[in-house]
Amino acid sequence: MYKVKVFVTLRESVLDPQGAAVKHSLQSLNYREVADVRIGKYMELAIEKSDRDINEVVNEICNSLLANPVIEDYRYEVEESVSQ
Amino acid sequence: MKFAVIVFPGSNCDVDMFHAIKDELGEQVEYVWHDAESLEEFDGILLPGGFSYGDYLRTGAIARFSNVMKEVVKAAEAGKPVLGVCNGFQILLEAGLLPGAMKRNESLSFICKQSELKVENNQTMFTSEYDKGQTITIPIAHGEGNYYCDQETLATLKANNQIVFTYYRENPNGSLENIAGIVSEKGNVLGMMPHPERAVDDLLGSSNGLKMFQSIVKNWREAYVVKA
Repeated sequence: MYKVKVFVTLRESVLDPQGAAVKHSLQSLNYREVADVRIGKYMELAIEKSDRDINEVVNEICNSLLANPVIEDYRYEVEESVSQ
Repeated sequence: MKFAVIVFPGSNCDVDMFHAIKDELGEQVEYVWHDAESLEEFDGILLPGGFSYGDYLRTGAIARFSNVMKEVVKAAEAGKPVLGVCNGFQILLEAGLLPGAMKRNESLSFICKQSELKVENNQTMFTSEYDKGQTITIPIAHGEGNYYCDQETLATLKANNQIVFTYYRENPNGSLENIAGIVSEKGNVLGMMPHPERAVDDLLGSSNGLKMFQSIVKNWREAYVVKA
């Protein structure tokens, strides 16, 4: 079994209204060193091993459903989970 | 003319849409559940507003993979009028039937109020009963109506006159270029955030939405009944 951690965020070129609001809020708390905040999603997938390459499967899943390529980027980490 | 109102789990403007077609427009209409196998018997497809699948992941992201969407794509390819309102628009974007994507409103708030729209293009099967440049009052009710597309897509939208409605005087949600509604390149798929089905009777504050439905029927009759 693989444990896959997927991170989805708005693309750099796309203004993130939630991130902008949180950054503003942090700066008003006097954290003036906070230059940018991007808000995204974190997802954990448990994927069974198969004949297919795990990267191929994860990229397919991300492109078709987990991220919207028009506005979002994704990255992921794959861990081999220890069997019980 | 026979319309289908597609109902997803979480749709909540389906009844308004049904009422607009049946009682105000006086045409045939049926509810069609999201797992339907065929839309062949229908002449026009309506995707209503709401929160399909709880807006999980992204608005419209889950609904676009429902069974009926394959049939909606087929209907769109066949040139049938397909109208997506609010969540219906978001589903059309996710399905790739229209270009672009929706972001959270700039204010981060859910906005529910009357909005003023400008008819930018009245040369479509959805807007021919309006005048070009006419301003109309149609309500909006959404949290994610902040339309976005890249510059290249925007240039294409402009070149093909695909921007049909823009917000007039006030941009409520931060949409790129005040965009409120766009049509596909072929012209038979329209997505818009404002709710024309909620503006079909003066009692409700505006009847400006009725002309949209009348345009669809008129153009359909001219294409399929008069010539037949």
